[in-house]
Amino acid sequence: MSRRQAPSEPPLRRAAAAALATAIAVALGWAVLSLPPESAGLVQEAFAELERSGAANPVTAVLLNYRAYDTLLEVAVLLLAAIATWSMARADEPDRGIARGAVLRGLARLLAPLLIFVAGYFLWLGSARPGGAFQAGAVLGGAGVLVLLAYGRRRVLPPPALARLALASGLAVFLAAGAAAMAAGGRFLEGRGELAAVAILVVETAAVVSIGVTLAALYLGGRPPAGGAAAASHAGERGG
Amino acid sequence: MSTALATLHALAGAALFVLGLYALLVRADLLRRIMAINVAGAGVFLVLVAVAYRGGEAPPDPVPHAMVLTGIVVAVCGTAVALVLAGRVAAAEEETSGGEGSAVAEDGEGR
Repeated sequence: MSRRQAPSEPPLRRAAAAALATAIAVALGWAVLSLPPESAGLVQEAFAELERSGAANPVTAVLLNYRAYDTLLEVAVLLLAAIATWSMARADEPDRGIARGAVLRGLARLLAPLLIFVAGYFLWLGSARPGGAFQAGAVLGGAGVLVLLAYGRRRVLPPPALARLALASGLAVFLAAGAAAMAAGGRFLEGRGELAAVAILVVETAAVVSIGVTLAALYLGGRPPAGGAAAASHAGERGG
Repeated sequence: MSTALATLHALAGAALFVLGLYALLVRADLLRRIMAINVAGAGVFLVLVAVAYRGGEAPPDPVPHAMVLTGIVVAVCGTAVALVLAGRVAAAEEETSGGEGSAVAEDGEGR
């Protein structure tokens, strides 16, 4: 097969790009240097309402109370990315070129339970210290990627119905929490009163599982075959 | 930590953004461009976090921190979709042109 080279860029375009990049660099540098040193931002407002917000960590309070709508849309973006990647590609080819030795498998066996434990710890920690749903979900996604790398998609795919349920559950629980806030007499996603802390905990727990599964699904890069791991291994044997 | 150090971080973030932007404009390989977007995104996150510094022992502004957390997740999602699209572009070009020039170089090399 002939080797394909990407077309080379003419020097005029390089020079124009360099000029544009330099201009933007100068503008950004000037903007950063001319920021007022004593601006308060939103620190006062964020800390003033912290006890009533349901979380002791200000970043968690911002993410899941003050700006909960942004976080809701972010969970929706995760689900949308999973839908988009799964609708454009399939994951039923056999994995190519990955050397799966005993070291990688042993490492996965050792690390995966530990990573799940660390994810749970980050989730619990997020109420008072830096931590929370997205950090825990990222660690869980890393565990999923490690297991997929070490054992191959033929052996470790969950049943597709379970995977889709896990993908959708984060957004569903978040929407339900927002509707519950409306049913309790407030506005959609309004985090007020004792309900706020409980709602934050419930939403974060559902989001951790959902984010971890979504990240592993994005790493998978395509929709798994309809039969789950059995069909994947069957297809792999047939295809080579 | 001091205000000068925070400003240095913000300038470094701006430099990262500009590096990513230049690579995005100049490189022709799709994979390189996706990596360039990621580098530019890292620069933006660094600027946001550096700007949240409030001096001395005061707690930093939590709103830019939350925005960066959201931004990281959205950047990962965008990169995933872009990579799948790049794979489809490569497959489609392999079918139609039979190997005569493509936007995604075969073994990852590109100018």
